[in-house]
Amino acid sequence: MYRILSRRKLALGIHRFKVTAAALAARARPGQFVILRLDERGERIPLTIADWDKDEGSLTLVVMETGMTTHRLARLKGGSSLADLTGPLGKPTEIERFGTVVLVAGGFAVAAITPIARAMKEAGNRVISIVGARGKERLFWIDRLAAESDRLIIATDDGSRGRRGVVTEPLREILESGEKIDRVIAIGPAIMMKFCARTTQPFNVKTIVSLNPIMVDGIGMCGVCRVSVGGVTRFACIDGPDFDGHQVDWDLFIARQKTYVDEERLSLDRWRCQHGSQSCGGDEG
Amino acid sequence: MSRLDLNRIPIPKQELGERAGNFGEVALGYNLKQAQAEAGRCIECPKRNCVAGCPVDIDIPEFIRAIKENDIPQAVRVIKKTNNLPGICGRVCPQETQCEAACVLDRKGAPIAIGRLERYVADWERVHPGRVVQPRVAKPPSGGKVAVIGSGPAGLTAAAEMARRGHEVTIFESLHLAGGVLSYGIPEFRLPKAIVQEEVYYVLSLGVKLELNSVVGKLVTVDELLAGGYQAVFLGTGAGLPLFMNIPGESLSGVYSANEFLTRINLMKAYRFPEYDTPVRVGHRVVVIGGGNVAMDAARSALRLGAGDITVVYRRSPKEIPARREEIDNALEEGIKIRFLTQPKRFKGDELSRVMAVECYDTELGEPDADGRRRPVVKPGSEFSLDADVAIVALGTTPNPLVATTTTGLEVTRKGTVVAGEATGRTTREGIWAGGDIITGSATVISAMGAAKKAAADIDKYLRGE
Ligand SMILES: Cc1cc2nc3c(=O)[nH]c(=O)nc-3n(C[C@H](O)[C@H](O)[C@H](O)COP(=O)(O)OP(=O)(O)OC[C@H]3O[C@@H](n4cnc5c(N)ncnc54)[C@H](O)[C@@H]3O)c2cc1C
Ligand SMILES: Cc1cc2nc3c(=O)[nH]c(=O)nc-3n(C[C@H](O)[C@H](O)[C@H](O)COP(=O)(O)OP(=O)(O)OC[C@H]3O[C@@H](n4cnc5c(N)ncnc54)[C@H](O)[C@@H]3O)c2cc1C
Ligand code: SF4
Ligand code: SF4
Ligand code: FES
Repeated sequence: MYRILSRRKLALGIHRFKVTAAALAARARPGQFVILRLDERGERIPLTIADWDKDEGSLTLVVMETGMTTHRLARLKGGSSLADLTGPLGKPTEIERFGTVVLVAGGFAVAAITPIARAMKEAGNRVISIVGARGKERLFWIDRLAAESDRLIIATDDGSRGRRGVVTEPLREILESGEKIDRVIAIGPAIMMKFCARTTQPFNVKTIVSLNPIMVDGIGMCGVCRVSVGGVTRFACIDGPDFDGHQVDWDLFIARQKTYVDEERLSLDRWRCQHGSQSCGGDEG
Repeated sequence: MSRLDLNRIPIPKQELGERAGNFGEVALGYNLKQAQAEAGRCIECPKRNCVAGCPVDIDIPEFIRAIKENDIPQAVRVIKKTNNLPGICGRVCPQETQCEAACVLDRKGAPIAIGRLERYVADWERVHPGRVVQPRVAKPPSGGKVAVIGSGPAGLTAAAEMARRGHEVTIFESLHLAGGVLSYGIPEFRLPKAIVQEEVYYVLSLGVKLELNSVVGKLVTVDELLAGGYQAVFLGTGAGLPLFMNIPGESLSGVYSANEFLTRINLMKAYRFPEYDTPVRVGHRVVVIGGGNVAMDAARSALRLGAGDITVVYRRSPKEIPARREEIDNALEEGIKIRFLTQPKRFKGDELSRVMAVECYDTELGEPDADGRRRPVVKPGSEFSLDADVAIVALGTTPNPLVATTTTGLEVTRKGTVVAGEATGRTTREGIWAGGDIITGSATVISAMGAAKKAAADIDKYLRGE
């Protein structure tokens, strides 16, 4: 059992957890993830390691409510526990002194970008961070990320904070400004990563994306996480999750993510119904 | 000498119509009368050929005699002296090529059903707890400290053998449940998971510690274990990395590796979705690619999840198919089709990148290849399409490189298997042993256990400075 030390709501539908996992905390590196299971009947779900504290022996995870498991996670309290927690999985993000790096985070991925920003900064890079969200009520950790960045740009769909629009716009402006950009790292929803990669392609700037396919074991045993990169089948859990965004077959990736939409909806509705947050009306499956 | 009785007692099975709709065990096991009748056929021949056919050296005539004499507790003791996982072995050992092939009555076409008898004894013990004196871990702690990586049949066997010899043993397992392929691969209807867990508990009852959720190579490395107080490490990480064909469309939505399909069903209990959270997709038409036991397991699982039209596609002829005869017969009996001399060309998808069909070629057999089997040759222009809502690729697995690539001094073959001495399991690095699928590539439960036993004996010698 892995104890949850605390949970806090960070923004609309986004929660931060601290979990005790001393051995994991001693090993974690930026870009790696864990797989957890809530209970005996639970699904194994991957989450990026957002922060870690070796002294306290804890990990910080940030979860966005999407389906049933993440909704249930969001309702756990400090003092409760998770059945299973495995990691650190995946290859750490490549950190080097590249020069100037642009980090783009969509939605909850601010949590994944922040440790990368810190490590990039420590390695001597100039760090420009771009954060996108639907509206200001979904933003979090802005101060934290600002502290690790030389420049921080916020873009919201509704213009409620920062500039109005999507992250690819400031990204394009920076590339067009003639400033030499040595690397871009984009993390967030598949569609956002796809368009970031498309934006940087004409400028020939290496663009790393952190792929978030469906996973089961996370150690290369099932192959559900396979992605096509440069025409070659790779397993995101062991060969990634970071890949060259210009080489990823995005349509296939997005299709694979949607394999279980019907079942996921059924799970979430069933859970909501059992927990009274929704009327259970008809009996359609 | 008494007359030979050549009538093998058949094992009762779940009715055909019934079993296709559930994940309950297909073979139901003998009752006492049937077990005694089958045991009665054993002539206790002085040469005891059968024993040499068992990689874990069970004293077969001895336990069979105990069944004849109605002393089942004694049968349990005899078996458990050398085999820690009898309920598992009795069910999934390929007896027809192991102990039963060596039985003198095999020549007459009616070997003693040793596996079924072993299963009977193991199952009897499970429903009569406390009736049998547990074999004692006799020796006082030796001071030896051993890490076992992986909790499949190899890891469990190595751990049990070493614990019995008085060493302190910890198993590190990457998944949230012990058992390896026994837990995530072999389906419930052939090997109930409750039996696997009971046999795991038995191993733990010998004093073995189990660390789940511990991925060696990520959370901790073998080098660190050896530097941090473990005097010996046994690698039993199996061969779990699924192979794909590198043909177009193999990553379409709805194309599974057999490992994923079976893991969802067995480890994650997707057959009980939504009561359990993990889903699995089946649809009506399923195409399974491959001809091994794994392909049969995937096809038969799909059937139980409601698929109506299941075709196994195999590129050679019935003569070469590697699956056990019994499994093929079960599959055919359940209505699964096998299309021989057929090889996939590509997977075709719809506009949403979901698999729709598997395009195949007809093949014919050409010259024998390196392992002496005739090589399938594609017939040009023979392409045809099999409609599929789901396709399952069951083309075998290779060892996961995670441990080998994070451990110094381990020699690995081109196929990714770890090099280890056959008689001892010693690898090229002092202090590290290996056994099971990691050294052979996908093989069998009992061969993994046999290798683990030899390695455990050698580790014991090493720890005692012999
Ligand atoms: C390496 C990796 C790191 C991740 N890090 C984080 C993280 O730090 N925080 C976080 O909130 N989420 C993260 N995810 C995504 C997270 O795993 C999924 O949101 C989660 O599995 C959904 O489970 P669920 O039961 O709540 O939803 P489900 O019912 O399984 O899915 C609900 C919806 O989410 C989509 N979805 C399902 N699985 C994924 C997935 N793996 N990635 C993206 N969308 C998915 C589905 O299309 C569906 O529409 C990460 C995924 C990967 C592979
Ligand atoms: C579907 C299927 C059906 C089969 N049916 C039969 C059958 O009927 N009869 C038969 O005899 N054989 C059968 N086999 C083959 C048999 O299961 C294997 O030969 C046997 O399980 C090998 O045992 P093992 O202990 O070497 O490895 P495994 O059973 O593969 O166990 C390896 C364990 O190591 C763990 N592990 C891997 N990497 C790490 C790591 N880095 N850190 C920690 N732990 C790790 C894995 O999670 C796993 O639990 C079947 C195989 C499959 C896939
Ligand atoms: S363990 Fe396997 S090979 Fe040995 S006697 Fe039992 S069934 Fe036969
Ligand atoms: S070889 Fe066959 S008949 Fe002889 S002792 Fe063994 S099981 Fe009995
Ligand atoms: S999650 Fe199973 S292989 Fe990557």
